[in-house]
Amino acid sequence: MKKFFKLGGYQLAELIKDAKLDRNELPFLFQERAQRIDPLIKSFVEIYSQPIIGEGASFLKGIPIAIKDNICIKGKRITCASKILNSHISVYDATVIEKLKRAGLVILGTTNMDEFAFGSSCENSCYGPTKNPWQLERVSGGSSGGSAAAVAARLVPFALGSDTGGSIRQPASFCGVVGFKPTYGRVSRFGLVAFASSLDQIGPITTNFVDCAYLLNIICGFDKFDSTSAKVDVPDFTQALTFQVSDIKIGIPQEYFQEGLDKEVEEKIMGVAKQLEKKGAKLIDISLPHTEYAVATYYIIACSEASSNLQRYDGIKYGLRESKDNLVELYRESRGEGFGEEAKRRIFLGTYSLSSGYYQAYYLRALKVRTLIKNDFQKAFDKVDVILTPTSPTSAFKIGEKITDPLSMYLSDIYTISVNLAGLPAVSFPCGFDKNNLPVGAQLIGRAFDEQTLIRIGFSYQQMTDYHRQIPPLVYG
Amino acid sequence: MVDRRTVEYIANLARIKVKEEEIEYLRVQLSRILDYVDKLKQLNVDNVPVTRGTFFTENILREDEVKDSKLNQEILRNSPYLQENHFKIPKVIE
Repeated sequence: MKKFFKLGGYQLAELIKDAKLDRNELPFLFQERAQRIDPLIKSFVEIYSQPIIGEGASFLKGIPIAIKDNICIKGKRITCASKILNSHISVYDATVIEKLKRAGLVILGTTNMDEFAFGSSCENSCYGPTKNPWQLERVSGGSSGGSAAAVAARLVPFALGSDTGGSIRQPASFCGVVGFKPTYGRVSRFGLVAFASSLDQIGPITTNFVDCAYLLNIICGFDKFDSTSAKVDVPDFTQALTFQVSDIKIGIPQEYFQEGLDKEVEEKIMGVAKQLEKKGAKLIDISLPHTEYAVATYYIIACSEASSNLQRYDGIKYGLRESKDNLVELYRESRGEGFGEEAKRRIFLGTYSLSSGYYQAYYLRALKVRTLIKNDFQKAFDKVDVILTPTSPTSAFKIGEKITDPLSMYLSDIYTISVNLAGLPAVSFPCGFDKNNLPVGAQLIGRAFDEQTLIRIGFSYQQMTDYHRQIPPLVYG
Repeated sequence: MVDRRTVEYIANLARIKVKEEEIEYLRVQLSRILDYVDKLKQLNVDNVPVTRGTFFTENILREDEVKDSKLNQEILRNSPYLQENHFKIPKVIE
């Protein structure tokens, strides 16, 4: 099987079932490919010399997967791409890892990210940036840039990422793959290193919607170890894999098509709308009036939560420790030495927003604006079933282009962060290439706990297009 | 506009040591970001309730039972300084 890597996970699973592919050999085919090609893009933090073979069984048994390096895998190093974790070994499996093992998947290794998921370009990693497999001088996106690039380069059929403000969807868009952020609470976050607990969610990065549905079937569900996980039934997401959109009302929010949006990206998104309309979907203009406040709201809330969550890195229980005679100095030195620049910036912003005298003006106000943003979506979903937007205002930008200007980096998340503030499910999928031959991603946002409709539309779109089958020429072979 | 003293104050609250050359840099960047987030002050939110979580925000309680996770040694192994089965820290009481 020479071009095994071109296939989706479900296709590989079918070949195994038909005895055309050796289940025991497959992980090592991908391992060899990853070892050979990854030095070009640096998407992995670690490619395991011995892949972890899940004991259980499912349709995807034997298919390799890569894991963002902020999800605990028992007995393995976890870094969050930060110096401060300093070869920390996970003492337990995250719930999603346990579920993958129980489904018989094979963990190939861990993928690069922005430190503690703080970033939109994968440049804030202590290992250096993951490069975009379509053009090596471009960013892979972030924070799950390693997972998206590894999947785009077909070093692994799929991967897990985490999404706090677009960290699954934006890199998926930049790399030309499918990135799915489930409803808040749909997937247990037990064992996911916390960034902003009211926003974080784990989700799959795949090349196609079939794999996406199968992986969601495995990872979703209530978990007693995560009190924010939702006690709701998990449907069989593969039932949504039907080519049918004629009953769908698609909202087009005017606020997402204004100044700052690249013309070519806009054309591609409207192209998706027209293609779905041709198959019977109805397009409806809608308004999400508080969109312009989303970035400000998000950065206050996310940084406040992060500053609190990151207090645990104290140099005592684990991680980097600068030796001092005085406890406070030990904290200050360990944290000053261990955290990278963006982590410090966010902890500072969060600490400031929560500090006495500023709490009401910043944090409390942001929590109220969050309500307004959430209500905007609720009103929109009275009229429409899903909302179609760009995932990012531009295709992948150049490495170094925005790293010195944090605010312009934050603003590149403008179309993805409202979704996290409202807790909704959303997916980015490839919908074309711009004149530089860089992938463009479209985003579909759904009602809470209605992942099925997103899968159905995405699957239908992929029946009509082949953007998702394109492989970056640099990594072909 | 954030001043130098505020940066030092926040650094102390956050227990992060900043180098002399970082202070000015952080001051300028924090000022810019705070200028931007000030746009939230354009909105009247007096009668708007807060949103802390999204869908399921009730407390989940369980029995307080003693269980052995058998992870003590593995947890301790990740600590940079140990003495027997304890985390070792500098003296805190003078």
